[in-house]
Amino acid sequence: MHESLLSRRAGGRATLHCMADAATVATDAAQRAALVGALRRVLPPDALLHRTEDLKPYECDGLFCYRQLPLAVVLPRTADEAAAVLRVCDELSVPVVARGAGTGLSGGALPVAGGVVLGLARLDRVIEVDAADRCARVEPGVTNLAISRAAAPHGLFYAPDPSSQIACTIGGNVAENAGGLHCIKYGLTTHNLLKLDVLTIDGERLTLGADALDAAGYDLLALMTGSEGLLGVVVEATVKLVPKPERVRVLLAAFASVDAAAAAVASVIAAGIVPAGLEMMDNPSIRAVEAYVQCGYPVDAEAVLLCELDGIDEEVADDSARVEAILAAAGATAIRLADAAAERTALWSGRKAAFPALGRMAPDYYCIDGSIPRGRLPDVLRGIAELSREFGLPVANVFHAGDGNLHPIILYDSGAPGEQQRTEHLGTAILALCVESGGSVTGEHGVGIEKLDAMCVQFDAPEIETFHAIKRAFYPDGLLNPGKAIPTLRRCAEFGRMHVHRGQLPFPHLERF
Amino acid sequence: MDGDRTEPIRERVCDAIARNAPLAIRGSGSKAFLGNRCEGEPLDLRGHAGIVSYAPGELVVTARAGTRLADLETALDANGQMLAFEPPRFGPDATLGGTIACALSGPRRASAGAARDFVLGTRVIDGRGEVLRFGGEVIKNVAGYDVSRLMTGAFGTLGVLLDVSLRVVPKPRLEATRVLELDATEALRRVRAWAQRPLPISATAIGGGRLHVRLSGAESAVRSAAAEIGGEAGDDGFWRALREHALDFFADDRAIWRLSVAPTSPIAEGAQLIEWHGAQRWMKTDADASHLRTLAANAGGHATLFRATSAPADGAFHPLPPALLALHRRLKAELDPHAIFNRGRLYPEL
Repeated sequence: MHESLLSRRAGGRATLHCMADAATVATDAAQRAALVGALRRVLPPDALLHRTEDLKPYECDGLFCYRQLPLAVVLPRTADEAAAVLRVCDELSVPVVARGAGTGLSGGALPVAGGVVLGLARLDRVIEVDAADRCARVEPGVTNLAISRAAAPHGLFYAPDPSSQIACTIGGNVAENAGGLHCIKYGLTTHNLLKLDVLTIDGERLTLGADALDAAGYDLLALMTGSEGLLGVVVEATVKLVPKPERVRVLLAAFASVDAAAAAVASVIAAGIVPAGLEMMDNPSIRAVEAYVQCGYPVDAEAVLLCELDGIDEEVADDSARVEAILAAAGATAIRLADAAAERTALWSGRKAAFPALGRMAPDYYCIDGSIPRGRLPDVLRGIAELSREFGLPVANVFHAGDGNLHPIILYDSGAPGEQQRTEHLGTAILALCVESGGSVTGEHGVGIEKLDAMCVQFDAPEIETFHAIKRAFYPDGLLNPGKAIPTLRRCAEFGRMHVHRGQLPFPHLERF
Repeated sequence: MDGDRTEPIRERVCDAIARNAPLAIRGSGSKAFLGNRCEGEPLDLRGHAGIVSYAPGELVVTARAGTRLADLETALDANGQMLAFEPPRFGPDATLGGTIACALSGPRRASAGAARDFVLGTRVIDGRGEVLRFGGEVIKNVAGYDVSRLMTGAFGTLGVLLDVSLRVVPKPRLEATRVLELDATEALRRVRAWAQRPLPISATAIGGGRLHVRLSGAESAVRSAAAEIGGEAGDDGFWRALREHALDFFADDRAIWRLSVAPTSPIAEGAQLIEWHGAQRWMKTDADASHLRTLAANAGGHATLFRATSAPADGAFHPLPPALLALHRRLKAELDPHAIFNRGRLYPEL
């Protein structure tokens, strides 16, 4: 879910105390002049922003607490203009950060000091919807939802649906390998792409993947997807479209304990049912949303499950009967069904309002994004509750139960002394718990700038070196989105949270601090 | 004997690096016919076998590369689950490692996804002799580059696959095969129309004046779709024979080419069998490589010489554009700097 991450309610206090790598760097005026002059030669005047007041809107993405003004923002209308910008930056050794709608939650589109932001939102054409081959060819600035809208007349849709889908762009979705509510059945972005056209830093256009279901050579399409803008700039994507289901049904079930709800999730999966979505919320989240949108969730329940089934008429009817029986056997205290679109929307409204609803409970909230094996849900939730007590900060839980993707939300007050830092430490502790439980520090939000330290928990030095080696294979000079997604080994050594690898201390060749 | 042979394999790799002696990674050799020959001392992974973890409720299995595909699928079957990508074996002792290294997918591919779509994580030995782990056993994981999928289909040229974690799926409650007497053009037209609708079609095959359709899913859904699609009831064993290239079509002296193309591409002249709703086309032909490659490229795809007595000079796989080949070479040089693994197996330059 892409609700805002380190966000604050309207009129609330600004979040001031982030551990920022992004100190403003005084930039040589001559360097700026040279860059702006060179960009002017390749762009129309309205495609280049360089005055501070024009740059302001680009100083951060959905992770508000990290801010950095770029040297310039460019807004090309064509892939050729984007390529020309890259060639200029390559020649002048200026870092480039590609950006779509800026809805990312991990700081992936945070500008780099002394760098250029390459905004791709104006490349927003749906080039072609091919109903027969069930695919759409689009420019990177097309929003996620616009693809499904363009496909709708053909009875088709684009499946990945991050909650920012009304605003987020397909280029950003590719960079982050975006997920959504329906990954359990339809997969992530990586499962729904056929082909990408990407620009390298020297402005060369490469085609990865094909109009066919596979391509010759290494699977560079998979490597590019989720690479957070470090390996190339997407200028065109061919995405798969799938037929709209004949019927959709949503079931809501209330449970007297989180364990019972988690057991119900396991039973649904074990029964061989593949729901389109399977979401869970705990009691603090239920109370928060009920107070906010009055969606009729039972406030005395310790957990609610939302299960969406879709497909062919008969199949949904069969599966629904089975799911109802499973939920009842697992101890559901109440079950509600919704078939009509309006009723389904009403049942989902609580889940979809969870983040803003929780945002009303405290001056600030911080949404974590970790993933774990489904079976560890009860253990990890207990662990999160313990950590919450230990750090003295309330945590509410809203998550994609079906695929083990947790979004614990820490409620805090950035104005209280030390609370911002305590929140970030609690967040890192929760992610470490996910890794210990066999999971990952990010299920769908990406690493960006936010989770560089958490990466050091999940990966050993040789693995991180491999990531750097892959980036080197694309670009020796590393001008694309430098400093994001993959931590330096030095940073990991300083972070000091690496686990012991093959009986050796991590990073033995580095000085300890 | 099943077991974890990571350390001896790693020692072999380190020794090979020290002696600058290339290795030819192998399992049972069931796919040795596929791709280009590679020189090197054999590194046999069959001893590194066995299921490491399998929790049916998680829909995830992790197994060592030397595990026989047959053993893995038997274990899944006992729990009512399967590999959705329906991998061909091409031999009784085919291993998981070879299957993933070759990224082979069977008849269900167009509906369910390819091998790479179900790979969640890998443990590998790289060209420095380091044991590395990427991805994991969770379904959503976007930490770091997707190295596991990069390894899938790399034909062992970037590292030794040790363990693979795969997402598995429940077996459909019912499957049924329908056979319709149709010429290829009309068959492809129907498949295209059905594919745009939410029907439980899990495989199609067009050839020899017939269209085979497999339906998979809930009983009620399969029955109503069967009535709509029409035709006669067919033998479910057809799909296994197709997957293993055991149909009469494949018994031929001519070379077998695999064309991977945009599904609605026009049907070319010549003997062929069309799968994957039009996206995979097997052609048996004596035509030269450049003809088939042009044909495939014009249809948005690529051509692979799948079975033949001799390979064209530039190899079995579709040549890459220069910029992509250069990128392949740089990736190979970074991950396997001493060029130890499966030299030339995928492309002569790698």
